[in-house]
Parts: sequence; C-alpha cells; structure tokens
Amino acid sequence: MLGIALLIWSVTPVYNMLLIALDPEEGEVEFSGNLWPPEPSLDSFRVVLTQDARYLEHFWRQLGNSLYIGLTTMFLTVLIASLASFAVGRMRLGQGWLRTGAAVLSNASLLTYAIPASFLVFPFHRIMHDYGLSNNPWAVIAAQVTFASPLAILILLEYARLIPIELDDAARVDGASSVEVYRRVYLPLTTPALAVVATYALVLVWNDYLYQFALLSSERHMTAAVMQAQLFDDADPPWNAMMAAAIIYSLPPVAIFLVLRRTMTAALTNWWR
Amino acid sequence: MSGAQQVLAAGPSVSVSGPGQPPGHRRLHGSDRILAIAFVAPYAAIFVAFAVYPIGYALWMGSTPSLYADLIHDPRYLRSVVNTLLFVGIGVNVKMFLALLLSGFFMRPRWWIKTLLVVYVVPWTLPAVQACISFHWMLSGEEGLVDRLLSVLFGVDGPIWFNHRSLALGANIVAYVWKWMPFWTVIFLAGRMAIPQDVSDAAAVDGASGSRRFVHVTLPLLANLYLVCTLLSTIWTMGEFTTVYFVSGGAPVWATDVLATLGFHYAFDVANPALGVAAAMSMLPVLVPVVIVLMRRLQTRTVQL
Repeated sequence: MLGIALLIWSVTPVYNMLLIALDPEEGEVEFSGNLWPPEPSLDSFRVVLTQDARYLEHFWRQLGNSLYIGLTTMFLTVLIASLASFAVGRMRLGQGWLRTGAAVLSNASLLTYAIPASFLVFPFHRIMHDYGLSNNPWAVIAAQVTFASPLAILILLEYARLIPIELDDAARVDGASSVEVYRRVYLPLTTPALAVVATYALVLVWNDYLYQFALLSSERHMTAAVMQAQLFDDADPPWNAMMAAAIIYSLPPVAIFLVLRRTMTAALTNWWR
Repeated sequence: MSGAQQVLAAGPSVSVSGPGQPPGHRRLHGSDRILAIAFVAPYAAIFVAFAVYPIGYALWMGSTPSLYADLIHDPRYLRSVVNTLLFVGIGVNVKMFLALLLSGFFMRPRWWIKTLLVVYVVPWTLPAVQACISFHWMLSGEEGLVDRLLSVLFGVDGPIWFNHRSLALGANIVAYVWKWMPFWTVIFLAGRMAIPQDVSDAAAVDGASGSRRFVHVTLPLLANLYLVCTLLSTIWTMGEFTTVYFVSGGAPVWATDVLATLGFHYAFDVANPALGVAAAMSMLPVLVPVVIVLMRRLQTRTVQL
C-alpha cells in the first residue's frame, strides 16, 4: 500500500511531462484534459530533434552549453576536492602552521553556505565583471565549483577515514612520492566517494537556473535550462515540444545516476560511520 | 626528485613505528611540504576569489542603513519573510521527518522495495526547472492533470490552485518535498545501514518491539545525523529560488514570494541589486547561528557515532 502510494507520488509529475509531450495537438487545446493522449505521437520529439519550433531553434547548442558547464564543473570539483582532501586528510602536516591553516580552511569552507547561493548571485554578477568573466561560461563554472567543493571535501575526508593510512605508508616505503600515492592509492580507493561527488556536482549544475540566467546574457551562451524558463513569458508557447525538450534535458543525470548507482551505494553504506 | 628520496628515506621509520603511533606524528619535510601547499592551493584560491570576496562584497553592498528602511516599508518584503519562514519551517521538517520514516521502509530486504527505491530517487535526478514547470502545469487551470483526476475519480471540481495564497504556498512546499526528500532518504538509509546489526538484534533479543527499537535504538543513533542534515537543509532552503519561481511564480499577485524570488525581482526587474542583497542580509540573524551550530556539530559528530 505504502509502496503504491510512493510509486504514484514519485511518478505523477514525470507522467505529466510525458502526457504533454506525447499529445500531438498543435494550437489551442494542448491540455485537452485527457488522462491519456487520444493519439499519442512522438512528433514533438521529432520537432525537437530538427529544432523546428519557436525557442527550440538552437536547442542542441543550448544543450551543448549545459553539458559543457556541467561536465567541466564535475571534473574540476572532483580534481580540486580530491587534491585538497588528500592534503588535509592523508599528508601528515605535523603540528605547525600548515596543519592549522588546513584545518581552518576546511572549516571555513562551510561559510560558503552561510549566505544562500541564490543571494550571492547579486555580488557575483558584479564581481565577474571585475574579473573580466561577464557573459562567459567559466563564470558559471567557477561559481558552481565553489559551491560544490566544500561538501565534496567533507564527503571525501569522511570516506577516506575508512582507508588505512598504512596503505599510503606501504606505497611510500616502495618509493612512491606523494603525487604517486595520490594517483595510485588515494584515487582508486576513493572511487565510490568520487562518484558521489561527481554526480552531486553535475546535479547541482543541472538544477541551476539562477546563475546561468544572471551570468550568461548572450544568446550564444544560453543554456537549455534558461531557454525552458522563457515559457513563462509567453502566452502561447509550443508546450508539447518544450516538454519533449525537457524530457531530453532530464536524461543525462538520470543516466549517470543509473550507471553509478552501484558504486554510489557502496560509498553511502560506508560513509556514515 | 629529492622529495621522493626524502620520503623514501623517511619511509622505513614509519613502518617500524607500527600501528600504535597516532597519525600526524611525523612531520613533512622540504618539498613534500610545498606539495601539500600546492594540493590545497587550488581550493584555497577559488574559496578566496569566489566565496570570501563575494560574501565580503555582499556585506559591503548591504551595509547602507537606508536600504533596510526601504525594505520595511515595502509590504511585499514582510509577506516574503513570513512566506520564507513558512516554506522553510514546514517544508524542511516535513521532508526530513518523512525521509527518516521512509528510510526505515527502504531498509526491508525485498526485491520490489529495491526496485521501488530506484524509481523513488528519480525526482532527485530530474532537473529542478523542468520538474517545477511540470508541477505548474499539473496544477494550472481546469485542464491540469490534478484537477482532471479530481473530477474523473471523485466528481469534484478542483480549485484554481494559484488563485489562493495558502493553496499556492502548499503547492510550492509539496513540489519542494517531492524534489528533495529522496536525497535525504538515501542519506538516512546510509546512516541506518551503518548501525551495526548486532545492536538492533540485541534489543530484539531483549524483547523490544519494532516501534520501541526505533525510539530507543535507531533514533538516538541517528539523532546527530538528523540534526546535521536538518541544519544543512535549512541553510539551503532559506535561499530556495527555483521551486517558488517556477511552481507558483509568486502567484497570486506576489502573495507567495519568498526572499529569494523577491531579491531576484529587486535585482533584475527593478535593477536595484543592493536591495536584493539587503533582503538576504536580513536573514543573517537566523542563518549565522545555524551555520555555527552546524560547524560545531560536524566537528564533534565523529565522536558521537
């Protein structure tokens, strides 16, 4: 019973997307009020593929922009967070200023969350101009990496506690430098946590609208999320095709989640100890 | 290469020192020190450039007292404060409590529950903008899926959801819970899995029933995780923008705006970003204590569990 309720709860909005996308009618009566389209058709997906509707003329470039920002954020977050967590958690920093500095930084990083991201967008808007990054995808990437990294470092530090430090020592005895310990011991053994961090970073970008809207002004850099939001300014947008585009845009994170599911489960079951 | 040689030279002394030595007792020397700095440097750099500087800039932007007088005199501001508190207070607590209960449901080792979990997590992986647009359309007008279902199943004419403040606010909260509950359920599920089975078994042997085991064993062990997650979620939800902007869009006539959407309106429609920042700053008396408690909890929590 609870299972069925949960199923309906989880699936209804997704079903609604499909319902609108599969409804073939063009024009006035998109919400024909049916619970199942009388003549389901994949025509709206064809419209998206051929970019044959208002707003969707540049859909594939916009999706490409989203992917570029998403994948770069994902890669940089994994790289920066794993390097920092390795230095803080695995390199013996002694008792001096270096250790203090690292501890202060990993605590202070949480201050990033003290002011919600949706408010930092206003100063960001001006700061990116000072940095010469206005209307540049790297402005969005920099912002998202900054927001993803504190939690990523926290997750990696926690997960790395499970790996015996003796493994690092053994590698060092065999002549491995710190760089090699990072590459050959730390990265392979933290793979499940890295998968969690990577997915988290991608989902962060994929959920974002505000930064992509505020920091990218030109048509050329517009992302798919911003394009979809234009619906609200229009009295009669091409609903069906827009929903088909929404479904296509939704696929990458769902696919990544399904691929990494097993790896992530391993990380999460080990995480909170 | 001197770094590698030094590590090599220092290596054996570590392996001799054995597992009894606490980590961190051997200091880094020479180029390994530089390497440690180089490893932390990228994060330190982006933290300063894209977190410390913007936060400082925001504080400076919001430091003009007259901004706050403007805010107080704007009736939309006070209503947005109330909406934000309702949205966070109800949304976060309902979401967290249900997630805690559901994580217990998903612990059961049945094949169909495992499959259901995958479906249940889909909302989290769906992009927020698109999911919220879908919610908006489900509820908008008589042709929306929800009103249509109400009339087909129960013969009731559904309300026009976005014409009533409480219904629109409720719709925002439901969409928010729908989107984010799966994420926290998975976190709690991980927390429950980390509880050693023998603890629960021992309680069962002592005759504790399911509900008593939950209250006396599971709950105390998960309490700290629950608190940390609730605090973190509170911080994030205070700035929730996407749900409100796309589900109700502030309808009816700005009655359901929260501070984030109001700030957006100030910054981009009225072109007065400083006022938007001031609206954010007015939340600091609530946010800063939450962040401080969170930081202290994160430091002690490994001791607790």
